[in-house]
Amino acid sequence: MKLAYWMYAGPAHIGTLRVASSFKNVHAIMHAPLGDDYFNVMRSMLERERDFTPVTASIVDRHVLARGSQEKVVDNISRKDKQERPNLIVLTPTCTSSILQEDLQNFVDRVSIISDSDVILADVNHYRVNELQAADRTLEQVVRYYLSKARRQGNLNLSLTDKPSVNIIGIFTLGFHNQHDCRELKRLLKDLGIEINQIIPEGGFVENISQLPKAWFNLVPYREVGLMTAKYLEKEFGMSYISTTPMGVVDIANCIRQIQERINNILSPILLNYEPYIDEQTKFISQAAWFSRSIDCQNLTGKKAVVFGDATHAASITKILACEMGIRVSCAGTYCKHDEEWFKEQVQNFCDEILITDDHTKVGDMIARIEPSAIFGTQMERHIGKRLDIPCGVISSPVHIQNFTLGYRPFLGYEGTNQIADLVYNSFTLGMEDHLLEIFGGHDTKEVITKSLSTDTDLTWNSESQLELNKIPGFVRGKIKRNTEKFARQTGITKITVETMYAAKEALNA
Amino acid sequence: MSIKISETLTFECETGNYHTFCPISCVAWLYQKIEDSFFLVVGTKTCGYFLQNALGVMIFAEPRYAMAELEEGDISAQLNDYQELKRLCIQIKKDRNPSVIIWIGTCTTEIIKMDLEGMAPKLENEIEIPIIVARANGLDYAFTQGEDTVLAAMAHRCPEQEILISKKKKIVDKSVEELFSFLPIETDKKITKSTIIRSEKKVPLVLFGSLPSTVASQLSLELNRQSINVSGWLPSQRYADLPILGNGVYVCGVNPFLSRTATTLMRRRKCKLIGAPFPIGPDGTRAWIEEICYAFGIETQGLEEREQQVWESLRNYINLIRGKSVFFMGDNLLEISLARFLIRCGMIVYEIGIPYMDKRYQASELTLLQTTCKKMCIPIPRIVEKPDNYNQIQRIRELQPDLAITGMAHANPLEARGINTKWSVEFTFAQIHGFTNAKDVLELVTRPLRRNNNLENLGWTDLVKEG
Repeated sequence: MKLAYWMYAGPAHIGTLRVASSFKNVHAIMHAPLGDDYFNVMRSMLERERDFTPVTASIVDRHVLARGSQEKVVDNISRKDKQERPNLIVLTPTCTSSILQEDLQNFVDRVSIISDSDVILADVNHYRVNELQAADRTLEQVVRYYLSKARRQGNLNLSLTDKPSVNIIGIFTLGFHNQHDCRELKRLLKDLGIEINQIIPEGGFVENISQLPKAWFNLVPYREVGLMTAKYLEKEFGMSYISTTPMGVVDIANCIRQIQERINNILSPILLNYEPYIDEQTKFISQAAWFSRSIDCQNLTGKKAVVFGDATHAASITKILACEMGIRVSCAGTYCKHDEEWFKEQVQNFCDEILITDDHTKVGDMIARIEPSAIFGTQMERHIGKRLDIPCGVISSPVHIQNFTLGYRPFLGYEGTNQIADLVYNSFTLGMEDHLLEIFGGHDTKEVITKSLSTDTDLTWNSESQLELNKIPGFVRGKIKRNTEKFARQTGITKITVETMYAAKEALNA
Repeated sequence: MSIKISETLTFECETGNYHTFCPISCVAWLYQKIEDSFFLVVGTKTCGYFLQNALGVMIFAEPRYAMAELEEGDISAQLNDYQELKRLCIQIKKDRNPSVIIWIGTCTTEIIKMDLEGMAPKLENEIEIPIIVARANGLDYAFTQGEDTVLAAMAHRCPEQEILISKKKKIVDKSVEELFSFLPIETDKKITKSTIIRSEKKVPLVLFGSLPSTVASQLSLELNRQSINVSGWLPSQRYADLPILGNGVYVCGVNPFLSRTATTLMRRRKCKLIGAPFPIGPDGTRAWIEEICYAFGIETQGLEEREQQVWESLRNYINLIRGKSVFFMGDNLLEISLARFLIRCGMIVYEIGIPYMDKRYQASELTLLQTTCKKMCIPIPRIVEKPDNYNQIQRIRELQPDLAITGMAHANPLEARGINTKWSVEFTFAQIHGFTNAKDVLELVTRPLRRNNNLENLGWTDLVKEG
C-alpha cells in the first residue's frame, strides 16, 4: 500500500479509453462498477466535446460479483453494436474487473460471431502500467489487429505512395496541446512537400489502418504514445520512424534533417535539401532565435529554473532553456519512470540534477530547496509555485481546463518556438521590474517557513526573535528565517532566540 | 417510444447503465464538514484519479484525505493488509493528528474481501485513534449514497443517551416507558397513549445529513422559531461533538439519500424517525417543519406567512420557468424533492430519473409530490429507477424539454444539440436547504434559461454537424 494524495499519470484504462475514443466510430465498453465512467466527464469538460463520448460501462455490481457477468457483457456489446454501429468495440477491463478474473476474452470471442462490429479486448495490466503506457499499448494493439486482418483478407497494399508521405502517430484526445501540435505539424510537412498519409488515432478511421504501410516513414512526435506502434511497423513492414520531437529550434532542425535523410534514401538519385528552409525559418519566420539574441533574453542569463513533466516535454524544454536561452536548469525531472534511461541521456548535460519520481511531494520539496526563479511543470508544479511565490509555466500534462485553450497554442514546430519563448519570458519576473524591486526593497513576500513543503517543523521562535525577524526587510526575511532554522536544526536547537539568529548569521559568513 | 404520464405514482426500472459519480466522492464534502477527521480511501489508482479529477483544485489545499493505494502485492495477498494499514495510519497520525480516521472501502476491497471492519477495532486500540469503516463502493451505491454509508457507520459512534429525561418530565411513549421501567418514573395516568410530548420537556431532536454550517444553523433557527431546540447534528462540525443518541431521541433527515442512516438510527440506536418531506424549496421546508412540530405536538406559528413571503420573493424566477418543461436524468437522489419543488413553481416534469428509490424513507416526499401535482393540475411524472442513459437521450430528443438536469458527461453534448442543461452535481454542492436558500435552487435552475435568453437571437443553438 502506498499513501497517495495525487498522481501524475492516471490508471491504465484511461489510456485505453483515450486511444479508443480518439478514433472515429470506435466505441469502448468498460467492464467497471458504477461511477468509473468519469472519463466521459473529463473528455466532455476538458476537451469541451460536442459529441457524446463513445464510452459506456457494462456495470459490475453485486450480482456480477456473486454470479459473474454471464450474458451481461455480451448483451451490452451487441446492444451497442446495434445502437451505434461502430467499426470497432474495445472491451476495456478496469482495475476492479481485472481482479475478478472473468474470462473477458471468451465474451469477446462469442460476441464477435454475432456482431457486425469488430470486437477486441484491451490487453493491459492495471497493476503494472499507467495511463501512458496503456495508451501506447492499445494503439499498437488496434493497429496490429487491423493490419493482420487486412493481411488475412489479402487487402494489404504495401506499395508506397507516389509522393513522399508520412504517418503521424500518437496525436490523441486529452493530450497536452495535441490538437494545436497536429495542425502545426501538418503545416510543417506541407512546407516540406510531404503528404500526410494517416494521422492516428485522432480522427482516424480503423478501416484505413490497412493503408498505413503506404507511407514512406512514420513520425512519432511524443515519446509516450506511438513508439510501440512505430516499432511494430518497422519490424513488420520495414517502415522507418523518426522519434525526435520537433520542439525548439534545434530539435526541429534535427527532425527535419532526419526526414530529409529518410526521403533521400528512397528518392535517390533526386536529392532533397531542406537546409535553406531550416535557415529561413530559424532566422526569420520563428522569432525564437532572434529572441535569444535580444537583450531581453540577456536578463535571463544564468537564472535558475526547474523543469518537471512527462519525458517528452520535460526533456525538450530543458534543452530549450539550457541551449537556446542560456537559462540554468537546476533540476530536470519526469514522472515517466518507465522511460528513465532515455530521459537521463537526453538531459544529462543540460541540468545540474535529475529527478525521476511520481511523488509530487518530492517534487515540491526539491523546488522549495532549490528556490528557482521560475518553474516549468505540470498543473501540480503550478500550485507548488503558488505556495512558494515562484512563477510557473505549464509545459506538460496533467493539466487543467485552462490548458485546453481555444486559441492556437502549439508547442511543436516553428510557431511552437514562439509560443514557448513567450511562455518562458512571461514566467520569469520581467527583467527590469525584477531589477527595480531589488533596489527599492521589493514586494513584501509571503513567509516561507522551511525549505520543504512537508510538515515537519518542530522549531519555535520566541517573541524577541520573532520581533527581530520582523525588522528584517520583507524581501530577504524568508531567506534569513530559513537559514536560521537550517542552522538551528544542524546544531540541534529547538527554541530560536535572537542569539541563535546572530549565531546563524556568523556561521553562514564564516 | 411512447411517453406515459400517469395519474398515480408509477415506478419503472431500467438497465442501470447510467452515469453518476462514485460514492467515494463523499469525502470531498465530508472532510470539509468534519474538521478534525481524516478520510483514507482504500482503493486503486482508478479511485484516486477520480477524486483528483472530480475535486479539481481542492486537492491542492492540503486535504485531509488520501488514498491507500493498493498495489499488486496487496491484491495477491503477498503483503499483510493489517500491517500495511497500520503503517499508513501511523503516518497519518504523525502528520495530521486527526481525531478520527475514516476508512472508505471501495470496489477492490469488496472483491478481495479485505476485512476492514474486522481490522479497524484492533488497529484503533493500537494507535489510539477511532477508526470508522464505511463501504462506499460503486458495486452497491451511487454518488450521494456515499455520505449515507459514512453517516450510518458514524451513528454507531455517537455517545449513548444518558438519562436526559428527569423525573418531572413525562414520557408517554409506551416503548420508552417499558425501557425506562427500572427507573423511578411517576407515570401519569392522565396522559393519553399518544406519542405527543410537550416541547418544554426538552426531548432531544437530532438532525442527520451533512450540510454547510451556515445552512445547518439556518435550519436550526427555523425550528427554534417554533420553539424546538435541535440538540445535535449527525455529522457534527467536530468528531468529538457527535450528538447523543438513544431511546427516546427523535431524529429527522434533511436529505433524501440517507435511508441507511435512518435505518441504523431506528434499529440500532432505537431513535424515533420523523418521516417528513425534505427541506428543499419553501414548500418542502414548511412541510418538514410541520412534520417535526406535529411529532412534538406543537402548533406551528406563522409558518404559512413565512412560506408565502418566500414564494413572493421568488416571483421573478418563477415567471421565468412557469410552464417550462424539465427532464431529470438522475444521478444524486435529490431528484424527487427538486422535481416536487419545480412542479410547485409551475414547471412540467417529464421524467424523474433516480439511481435508487427508498419508498419508505421518502414516503412523505412522494406523498407531497403527489399532492403537489394534483394541486398544480399536472400529471404525475414517471419515476425511473436505475435509468438507462442511452434510452433517456432518445426520450430527450423526442420530448425536447426546456431543461435537462444531467451529469457532466452529457451536458456539453446536449447543449451542442440545442437542449438547455443544468449540471446536476451543482445541486449537491450548492446550498439548497431551507427557506433562505430556495432562491439558490432557482438561481441554478434558471441560469441556463437566462443565459440562453441572452444568446437567443444569434442563431447558433444547434452546433453539431449531423451525419
